[in-house]
Amino acid sequence: MQKSNASNLKRVFVWELPVRVYHWVNALVLVVLVATGFWIANPPAIQSSDEASLRYLMGWVRHIHFVSAYIFVFNFIFRLYWGFVGNRYASWKSFIPTNIHFFERIWSVLKVDILMIKDKRKGYHTAGHNAMAGLVYFGMFFVFMVSIVTGFGLYADMSTWFLPQMFDWVPHMFGGDAQVRHIHHVATWVTILFTVVHVYLVMYHDYVEGNGEVSSMFGGWKFMSEGYVEHTKEQQKNKKKKKELV
Amino acid sequence: MVNQRPTYYEEIERKGYSRRDFLKFCSMITAYMGASQLGIAQVAEAMETTPRIPIIWLHFQECTCCSESFIRSSHPIVADILMDQISLDYTETLMAASGHQAELAKEETMKKYKGEYILCVEGTVPTAENGVYCCIGGKTAHQVLEEAAEGAKAIIAWGTCASSGCVQAAKPNPTTATPIHKIIKNKPIVRVPGCPPIGEVMAGVVVHLVTFGTLPELDGSKRPKAFYSKRVHDSCHRRPYFDAGLFVETFDDENAKKGYCLYKVGCKGPVTYNSCGIIKWNNGVSNPIQSGHGCFSCSEDDYWDNGSLYSRTTGYAGFGIESDADEVGKIALGATAVGIGAHAVATNIRKRKLISDLIDEDETQKES
Ligand code: SF4
Ligand code: SF4
Repeated sequence: MQKSNASNLKRVFVWELPVRVYHWVNALVLVVLVATGFWIANPPAIQSSDEASLRYLMGWVRHIHFVSAYIFVFNFIFRLYWGFVGNRYASWKSFIPTNIHFFERIWSVLKVDILMIKDKRKGYHTAGHNAMAGLVYFGMFFVFMVSIVTGFGLYADMSTWFLPQMFDWVPHMFGGDAQVRHIHHVATWVTILFTVVHVYLVMYHDYVEGNGEVSSMFGGWKFMSEGYVEHTKEQQKNKKKKKELV
Repeated sequence: MVNQRPTYYEEIERKGYSRRDFLKFCSMITAYMGASQLGIAQVAEAMETTPRIPIIWLHFQECTCCSESFIRSSHPIVADILMDQISLDYTETLMAASGHQAELAKEETMKKYKGEYILCVEGTVPTAENGVYCCIGGKTAHQVLEEAAEGAKAIIAWGTCASSGCVQAAKPNPTTATPIHKIIKNKPIVRVPGCPPIGEVMAGVVVHLVTFGTLPELDGSKRPKAFYSKRVHDSCHRRPYFDAGLFVETFDDENAKKGYCLYKVGCKGPVTYNSCGIIKWNNGVSNPIQSGHGCFSCSEDDYWDNGSLYSRTTGYAGFGIESDADEVGKIALGATAVGIGAHAVATNIRKRKLISDLIDEDETQKES
């Protein structure tokens, strides 16, 4: 781990506004989706002497689930787009391993944060998310896709709009709604487990490294040592030079 | 008689039905097929002009509930004309002939009407041990099916057995019971699932085939759209209670008496495509949900393996029969919490120095 110097911390702008907005919208709709999802799967027993025509509780819960799902989908699509136009911390390259160094960095993260042994290379330390986190987010990309595809698959037949209807093939492929529903549940649980671990690790990094990990998702800034900032600057210069040579 | 091939209308007349009866039948069946009013004339005309199409109806591993359902479909013409020995050239259960005579009749039909006859199949075909688990007339079901399918114009897979396997294909499926579309690949196949399918649905499919000479419009699972495009849940008369959030909690509670939604006592209507809520059963008298029992998804693939008949959740083999995604999820969540706790403790032990160094540093800076 880099010896950070409290006096020589520099502000680094990491998370652009669109990334932060994406993150919090995503967090909010996921909470709503999970809560309404469990409600729909197993609604609580509510006793009432009202006529059915006076109430629409289940209908509203489902409605909120569907509306949140749409927000989730378009927010997700927006983030994919931002992976191509955003800054280097938001770039798809920080999620998808394209070279062996990526895996070296992952190993380094595992050593330091999970096995808690010393690692001499400082490569893993970055202002953006570390290599391991990047790979896990990339995995979550697929889990989200599974949720979206199975969700629209179940929804398709109730809808008159072309977008959900495009997923009409899903139940036919998996052998019926029961299976699709099952997969939708599994994807939900993976998302829940991810969220729990994610929140914990953010706090852990904030605690151990003191770089402002938690607040960075609000303001966008992290505080990195001067050494780190200079090091990355140099790296970028080198990259530019290489490109010019080519 | 077979040589002249009378039209359906001629047969219907011969049976003593009036023109009025005939037209009633046409309008009923057209409505079931989901066609508009204009379709009635088309059906009537087709029945008057097209010579009847021979049907061969095979029975393999099954319980004959499909045939039972069919001959009880609400209009007598269905049973009389489409199902009795005149129209049906071969069916083990209902034909008069037996033994060699019957086999001969079948072979004759297959030869004479090659490429024209419709093959209806009830039941699955066992493929384990070379198919010895089901033999008819000295041949295995597999052989019988392939021979009959060879010259068929189209194949109708009746019921959940023929269309997806049903109980005999449930795990561990000892005879390797196989649905028809997994064996015959080169013929148009209509799957008409249900255990049994509703009689009127079956009649609708047959009439469509024989009158128009084409397959009805099918969905991605080869089911006729007219009958299988809606969930039981989306055509259920208890649906307002579902939307209101009013549920039966146990089968004997007050809510059950009031006719609330059966969702929480395991109704699988939300994952089942069938016409039970619309056409209903036994000449439209009632349907399972109307009589107070949840749907158990008899017309869906693998319905015996998709968890208990009284719950919508699918079990995992190896985690116990009752464990579903949510049970496993809860355990995983607990394990994660334990893991996080352990990690937090370890962090404070192993990285203590690191953290206290950071704090010290900060303090020395303040002093200087
Ligand atoms: S009884 Fe079953 S099919 Fe009817 S509304 Fe309730 S859950 Fe849906
Ligand atoms: S209500 Fe469900 S289980 Fe009952 S017959 Fe209809 S589809 Fe089958």
